Amino acid sequence: MAEAALTNIGASPARLSGWRGIAADWSSDQRAFKNVSWGKAMMWIFLLSDTFIFSCFLLSYMTARMSTTVPWPNPSEVFALNIGGAHIPLILIAIMTFILISSSGTMAMAVNFGYRRDRVRTAALMLATAAFGATFVGMQAFEWTKLIIEGVRPWGNPWGAPQFGASFFMITGFHGTHVTIGVIFLIAIARKVWRGDFDVERRGFFTSRKGYYEIVEITGLYWHFVDLVWVFIFALFYLW
Amino acid sequence: MVDVPFDTVAGVPPAEVGEVELYHPKSWWTRYVFSQDAKVIAVQYSITAMAIGMVALVLSWLMRLQLGFPGTFSFIDANQYLQFITMHGMIMVIYLLTALFLGGFGNYLIPLMVGARDMVFPYVNMLSYWVYLLAVLVLASTFFVPGGPTGAGWTLYPPQAILSGSPGQDWGIILMLASLILFIIGFTMGGLNYVVTVLQARTRGMTLMRMPLTVWGIFTATVMALLAFPALFVASVMLLLDRLLGTSFFMPTLVEMGELTKYGGGSPILFQHLFWFFGHPEVYIVALPAFGIISDLISTHARKNIFGYRMMVWAIVAIGALSFIVWAHHMYVSGMHPYFGFFFATTTLIIAIPTAIKVYNWVLTLWRGDIHLTIPMLFALAFIITFVNGGLTGLFLGNVVVDVPLSDTMFVVAHFHMVMGIAPILAVFGGIYHWYPKVTGRMLNEVLGRFHFWVTFLGAYAVFFPMHYLGLLGMPRRYHDIGETSFIPASAHDLNAFMSVAALIVGFAQLVFIFNLIWSLFKGKEAGGNPWGATSLEWQTPETPPGHGNWGKELPIVYRWAYDYSVPGAARDFVPQNEPPTRLSAQGAHP
Repeated sequence: MAEAALTNIGASPARLSGWRGIAADWSSDQRAFKNVSWGKAMMWIFLLSDTFIFSCFLLSYMTARMSTTVPWPNPSEVFALNIGGAHIPLILIAIMTFILISSSGTMAMAVNFGYRRDRVRTAALMLATAAFGATFVGMQAFEWTKLIIEGVRPWGNPWGAPQFGASFFMITGFHGTHVTIGVIFLIAIARKVWRGDFDVERRGFFTSRKGYYEIVEITGLYWHFVDLVWVFIFALFYLW
Repeated sequence: MVDVPFDTVAGVPPAEVGEVELYHPKSWWTRYVFSQDAKVIAVQYSITAMAIGMVALVLSWLMRLQLGFPGTFSFIDANQYLQFITMHGMIMVIYLLTALFLGGFGNYLIPLMVGARDMVFPYVNMLSYWVYLLAVLVLASTFFVPGGPTGAGWTLYPPQAILSGSPGQDWGIILMLASLILFIIGFTMGGLNYVVTVLQARTRGMTLMRMPLTVWGIFTATVMALLAFPALFVASVMLLLDRLLGTSFFMPTLVEMGELTKYGGGSPILFQHLFWFFGHPEVYIVALPAFGIISDLISTHARKNIFGYRMMVWAIVAIGALSFIVWAHHMYVSGMHPYFGFFFATTTLIIAIPTAIKVYNWVLTLWRGDIHLTIPMLFALAFIITFVNGGLTGLFLGNVVVDVPLSDTMFVVAHFHMVMGIAPILAVFGGIYHWYPKVTGRMLNEVLGRFHFWVTFLGAYAVFFPMHYLGLLGMPRRYHDIGETSFIPASAHDLNAFMSVAALIVGFAQLVFIFNLIWSLFKGKEAGGNPWGATSLEWQTPETPPGHGNWGKELPIVYRWAYDYSVPGAARDFVPQNEPPTRLSAQGAHP
C-alpha cells in the first residue's frame, strides 16, 4: 500500500508461477482470478454452493442408513432387472451411469468446437448431450415407476427401513431435477449457437448484453458437475 | 471479456476488462420497479426488510405485554404467544437482518465502494429481489391462513414442529418452510453477484487490501451464507417431506394424542445438526457486515485511520472460517459425546481471539482521535459496548458446564439479543444515518436522530440488562406464563413489567426513525456529495445520489487505501482513495 509498492505493480507485468503467482493475483487490483470471466467465476461459485447442498443430502442419507435399527434393503437386489431370463443386478443403473458419463464426452467436444466457432458442430453436440441427458431422466422415470409398482413409497417399502424410499426419491429426484434443468439450459444455448447469436453478438432479450461462445463452456461446467454428483450418488447409494 | 487498449497512469496497472454493458431503462417501470440498477434494488430490499421488520417489532410488543402483565390481555393465548416468538425470531434474523445487510447495504455499497458500474449480473440481481419479496409475502401470508403461523420456535425443531401440539401445524409450518426455501434461492442469486463483483469487478488500483472494511465484512458474510444456507435448504426440504409426504427423516417412532404416529426411525438430532450448521454461521453473517460498517464509521468520524487494517481483515476471515466448526455449542443439552462438547467449547472460545482483536483495534482507532459525536458515531460507540457485553456472556454460554444450567433460560435470550439483535441493529442504524445522504442527497434530521439514538440505546439496555438477572434466577424462555413458581420472587415480576414498558418505548422510538426517513427525504438539509469528509469511493461519485452506472464517463482509479484521514502535510484532513499521489506534499500519504 506504500507508494513504492504501487509503482512496482505496474513495473512487473510478467506473471509469476505457482504459489507466488496466486499470491500476486490475489494482491493485485481488478481481478483475483486473472483470465476468468464474470460468468465463469459465478458458475464456479454457484457449483461450490450446490456442492454443499448435495453433501448435506448425502450426509443426511448416510446418517439415516447407519442409525436405522431396521435392515436396509439390498440395492443390488432392488435395482436388478430380468433381461432375457437372466437376473442382472444394478443393470439399469449401470446403463444410466454409462449414458451420463458419455454425455460428458459430447459436452467436452461441444466446448472444443465452440471455441473454434464451429456453429453447426457445437450446436449438434450440445443437442446430443441434451438427448443423453433426457434419456437419463427417462430411464430414471422408468426406475421410479418400477419401484412404485413394487410398493416403494417415501414412507415405507416391503423390504426394510422406510428411509430407503425417502432417501431414494429425494436424492435421485433432486439430482434428476438438476439434469432436467441442464437439458433445458443446453437446448436454449444450442438454439443460440445454431442461430449464430455469438457470431453476430446479438444482445440478450432480458439482459441486453452480448453473448460469447464462452457460455458453452459455462454450460459444460454445470453439466460435468451434475455428472460428478451422480458418481457420488452411484457410489454411496447403489454400491454401498 | 475483451481486452482493451490502455494507458498507464501513475503506476496503476492497465484496465484488464472492457467497459460493461449496462441495461438502460426505457420506462418508469424498468427504472424504479423492475430495475436492474443495484442501487434501486438495494432500496427495494431495505424497504421490504424494514416493512416486515416492523411486523416483527409489533410481535415483540405483544410478547412483552404478555410477559410483563400476564393474564391482563385476553387476546394473547399460549398458542399465539408461541406463534409470536417464532415469527419474531425468524423475521428478525433472516428476513430483516440478513436481507438488510446483504441485499440492502451489500447492493448499494459493494459496486460503489469497489468502483464498479453495477453488480456483474444486474438481471440476476433483480430476480434476487423479486424472489425475496415472494418469500416475504409467503411468510406474511401465514398470519391469515387457517391455524395461523407456526409456533415451533424459530429453530423449528422436529418432532414438535410438525406435530399437532404446535400451533400452525396445518398451513403455518408448510408455508414457513416454503418461504425459507424461496429466500435461499433468492439470496443465492444475489450472493453470487456480490462475491463475483468483489473478486472480479474492482476498478483499477483497487486491490483487495485497499477495500473498505465494510466491503470485506459483507463479502465474507456472503461467502459464508453461500456455504451455510445449503444446510438450511436441505433441512427445510426434508422437514417439508416429513410433513407433506410422511417420510421419517427427522421423526422417531412416537405417540401423539394417545395414538402411534405414522412416523418411525428418523433422527431429530440430525435436524439440529443441519440447522445449526446454518444457524451458527448465520450469527456471523449478520455480525461481520456490522463489524465492517462500524470500522468505517469509527475511522471516518474519529478522523483517524483504522488501527491495524490488515489484522482487521484477517480477523474477519478467521471469524468466518471458525464459525463453521462451532455449531454444536447450540446443542450441549441435546446430548452428545463429552469429547464433542470439549471440541466445540474449545473452538467457540477460540473465536474470542479474532473478535477481541477487532474490539481492541476499534478502541485504538478511537484513541487520541478527533472524535466527532455525530449520530453515526454514537451508534458505532453503542455498538462496541453492546457487542462486548453480548460477547462476554457468549463466553459463559460457550462452556458446557455453564451452559447446561443456563440453557433455555432468559439468560440465553438476553445474550443473543445483545450480541446479534441489538448490536447489529445499532450498526444498521449507524449505517443508515451515515449513508442516507448518499442515497437521497439529504441529511437525516439531527434532533430526531439524537432522540432516536438515546431512546433506542438506553431503552434496549433497560430491556435486556435485567433479563440476564431473570435468566440467572432460572426463569425459562418461551414460557407464556410463569405462574406461581416458588424459586421466582415477586420482584422478578415487577422487573418483567418494567422491561415491557421499556420495550414499548423503544418500539415507539423506531416509529420516530421511520418518520425521520420519510420527512428528511423531502425536507432534509441538502447534503452535498461528501458531507462527512470520507475517503472511500462512494463519496467521490460525480453525482449525488449516484446516477445510473455510478461514475459518469470515466471509472475512478484508486491510489491508496480507504483510511487516509488526518495525513500529515495533506491539504485536507482526508485524502480520497481516487486522489493521485502527486497532489500530496513531499511527505506523502501513509501507507
